[in-house]
Amino acid sequence: MKYVDEYRDGRAAKAIAAELSTLVVPGSHVKLMEVCGGHTHAIYRHGLDALLPPEVELVHGPGCPVCVIPMGRVDDAISLAERPEVTLASFGDMLRVPGGRRRSLLEAKARGADVRIVYSPLDALALAVAEPEREVVFFGVGFETTAPAIALTLLHARREHVPNFSVFCNHVLIGPALRAILDSPETDIDGFVGPGHVSTVIGTRPYDFVCSEYHRPVVVAGFEPTDILQAVAMLLRQLRDGRAAVENEYGRVVRSEGNPAALAVLDEVFTVRDEFEWRGLGSIPHSGLRIADAFAYWDAERRFEVPGTRIEDPKACRCGDVLRGLAKPYECTVFGTACTPEQPLGTCMVSSEGACAAYYAYGRHRPHEKVHA
Amino acid sequence: MCLAVPGQIIELLDDGQARVDFTGVRRTVSVVFTPEAEPGDWVLIHVGFALATIDEDEAKATLDLLGEAIAAELAV
Repeated sequence: MKYVDEYRDGRAAKAIAAELSTLVVPGSHVKLMEVCGGHTHAIYRHGLDALLPPEVELVHGPGCPVCVIPMGRVDDAISLAERPEVTLASFGDMLRVPGGRRRSLLEAKARGADVRIVYSPLDALALAVAEPEREVVFFGVGFETTAPAIALTLLHARREHVPNFSVFCNHVLIGPALRAILDSPETDIDGFVGPGHVSTVIGTRPYDFVCSEYHRPVVVAGFEPTDILQAVAMLLRQLRDGRAAVENEYGRVVRSEGNPAALAVLDEVFTVRDEFEWRGLGSIPHSGLRIADAFAYWDAERRFEVPGTRIEDPKACRCGDVLRGLAKPYECTVFGTACTPEQPLGTCMVSSEGACAAYYAYGRHRPHEKVHA
Repeated sequence: MCLAVPGQIIELLDDGQARVDFTGVRRTVSVVFTPEAEPGDWVLIHVGFALATIDEDEAKATLDLLGEAIAAELAV
């Protein structure tokens, strides 16, 4: 596939890997966080961890929207789906996330709730038009990458006067999550591989605070193997030179100003919440979006009685530590035993972008032996 | 969730939509966020929406860097 295959050249990957070992002080320890779950997946799928020098450790960040949804919000979605008049639509990943008592939307569907998987929020709106007797609720999750699609769908719902459509909004913002991680006293991250597709929307400027206030470098990266290795090389060069700047490895789609049309739609349709609860990270100020008052009619939280359930994260599951880069998936006692992709206990095992699912799928069941390139 | 794939615009349709080819699979997507995109352009698609036009020059610049890295490695 064009714009994919050429960034998977094994010779280039080996050449960059050889350079990486010249950029670190032997025996030192550099901890880099790849913020986005898509990067986590690519790293283990392509075995990039084995190409890194032993001095470089990658930890996995909170950039997996399914992983950061607290169980209470899942139970709220299940309670919406169980209403007889409601058809609940969402992305496939979201349906497998366990809420309280390990019940998921998929299980609610098996018990008779009308739950549907859609590829695009516009498909959910089309469903509402096609079935006017149903109340179609779209369970909206995702970072700034996905939120513009939901915003545009709401603009269409208003324009076309679709009365039986609404959105249960759980959209989150990457900047406040990064700040929460940087503010955590346990955090010792030296630099960040910045999320690629979020940045197509928000641009690179929202990461400036990571450099100016926390003196850590950020390199926004694409998702192919050479993109990620190149970004690691750019971070190591900055660290070697004592610099902390935002750099862009993914220039073919990321512009510093982001996507102005998408940002304008976000601004029109959503308002920033005072705070939002994240799995593993707790409540983070100004980190979530709600539907703006002008679109209140299409807000499921205002149309229906949503219970507002709050459930503690399960004690055995260490998703919270994994999402903050404090634990590796195999350090969790239920990893691969009580918690598997078929029967997930924690959200990081549900989403294919979750760190636990990536470790499980690609055989990283114990600390990996490093191989020098 | 933030998965996005490149596709090539075949034709622009009404109401901010376009027919896009993903190496053989064709689908109608929204191009409202990429008003500059023309037929023949490559765009990055996420949940049925084009989020960015792929910049041919920037794509080539990254590939040139990879070529240099390979050449440097071979020269060692």
